[in-house]
Amino acid sequence: MKRVGLSGNYAVAYAVKMADVDVVAAYPITPQTTIVEKLSEFVANGELEAEYINVESEHSAMSACVGASLTGARVFTATSSQGLAYMHEVLFMASGLRTPIVMANVNRALSAPLNIWNDHSDAMAERDAGWIQLWVTSAQEAFDATLEAFKIAEDVLLPVMVNLDGYILSHTYEPVVLPDESLVREFVPSRPLQNRVSPKFAYSIGVVGPPEAYYEMKYQVVDAIEKSRKKIKDVDKEFGDKFGREYNFVNEYMMEDADYALVTMGALTGTAKAVASGLRKEGEKVGVLSIRCFRPFPKEEIVALLGDLKGVGVVDRAVTPGGPSNPLFADIATTLYEKGRRPLLQSFVAGLGGRDVPVDDFKLMFGLVKDVVKEGKSRPCVYVGLRE
Amino acid sequence: MLEIRWHGRGGQGSVTAAEILATAAINEGKFSQAFAAFGPERRGAPVLAFTRINDNEILLRTQIYEPDVVVVLDHHLSERDDISEGLKKGGILVLNSVYEPERYAKKIPNARRVATVDATGIAIKELGTPVTNTAILGALVKATGIVKLGSVEDVIRERFKTFAEKNIAAVRAAFAQTKIFEREGNM
Repeated sequence: MKRVGLSGNYAVAYAVKMADVDVVAAYPITPQTTIVEKLSEFVANGELEAEYINVESEHSAMSACVGASLTGARVFTATSSQGLAYMHEVLFMASGLRTPIVMANVNRALSAPLNIWNDHSDAMAERDAGWIQLWVTSAQEAFDATLEAFKIAEDVLLPVMVNLDGYILSHTYEPVVLPDESLVREFVPSRPLQNRVSPKFAYSIGVVGPPEAYYEMKYQVVDAIEKSRKKIKDVDKEFGDKFGREYNFVNEYMMEDADYALVTMGALTGTAKAVASGLRKEGEKVGVLSIRCFRPFPKEEIVALLGDLKGVGVVDRAVTPGGPSNPLFADIATTLYEKGRRPLLQSFVAGLGGRDVPVDDFKLMFGLVKDVVKEGKSRPCVYVGLRE
Repeated sequence: MLEIRWHGRGGQGSVTAAEILATAAINEGKFSQAFAAFGPERRGAPVLAFTRINDNEILLRTQIYEPDVVVVLDHHLSERDDISEGLKKGGILVLNSVYEPERYAKKIPNARRVATVDATGIAIKELGTPVTNTAILGALVKATGIVKLGSVEDVIRERFKTFAEKNIAAVRAAFAQTKIFEREGNM
């Protein structure tokens, strides 16, 4: 074990190397590029024995990953924004064909206007692709989640997307504890997968699923991701036992006796916690709930932790133009409504296209949540930091 | 917590300097973050980078608006940009400049301490190229004492391999040649 300074992207690359992947197929795109750059370096200098497939597009990268995964190989790719969008149709094939691919998605805004900076619109646009989605809040978590992702994917036969915020996490150097490689191998041992394609065991994959079959096969994906909750929990527990860090589906901060909370995902969480900690010192009973596992959505945890609060602000870093609410807010509201729990919910959007979300913006959000509770009625979505 | 803002130009290595400093602090057991305000990367264009150093875990994930320390890798930037914007009262300014520190201290009343060093001259002499990021680290360590000089040297050795010794020579020369102005009295 050693404690080093690494960027979020390099932390992911080290996790992939230590997991001893067999195949990497990727196409460079900012701000993901340094992940696959580092991996190609590992392959070139012999530190990682893997097939590194250079492709001409992200569509081909994901296609190559699906093919490689069907042979039983441990497969990794990484992308961002337009690259993820270009993979769109193949993402559904990856889950439908039950290929346990692990992908790092370094979150970046979608064009237009062209923007290389962070928001969550890329991953939200692939919300329904049948992938498990993990979201991290630090470089250490990026490393840890990537390792957990291989184990989860291969156990439930579903692809896993590890999301880390572009630049804010991907390009920030910070402390990361790297475990011994031998311990990592114990945690994610290479193992033969069932029913994989080989020259000795050839069969057709991805053939037509007519109305008599498609529905059941699609339902299998729905069922598998629902049932993956237990596996995700078990894997995290095992990770905790081995490496001393556990994450669960959500990360709660000062939630025990909170009256008000902000719900966040990814890098917004850190600053939200810092502000909550300051407000606590002023006597405000505030907390932060960060969603680590977005798919499958942590319904039980949400109800248990938010159900009895006075007010909850949900911070989306993506928008659903013309929709009734933005993606994270919609999921929180649906989850609570189903259980008949009605804390006052306030919707926020912040930080689109890399706009910094400073301390004052979080103070404003916490303050507004308290205000709407006093007023007894939430306001339309507040676009924090938007110039009028 | 100590917050540092770096002003440089694309190609001078400000982001690398911010990362080297953070890594040195991490290797000393501290917590640190180094990041940049990334734009379309172009050689010569102004670049901002940031480093936070703390004894405990750092939660903040915002840019730095009120730095304790400002480091300027190209003194021409001090004429173009307001390098002292948001500098905390009693803060520290470190500049790559052939001028005496008093010249800047007069203009920037918030700075308690101003350090200057001819990092360009040192870089040309030691590296044969005007890349000032390693030399300026020597001046920063002299002006702040935030990490040990040896910790910076170790990171450079690990990161640069072939050119490590020349860069370490630049760091040491800058450390030795840095001139410091200290403001007297209460601020």
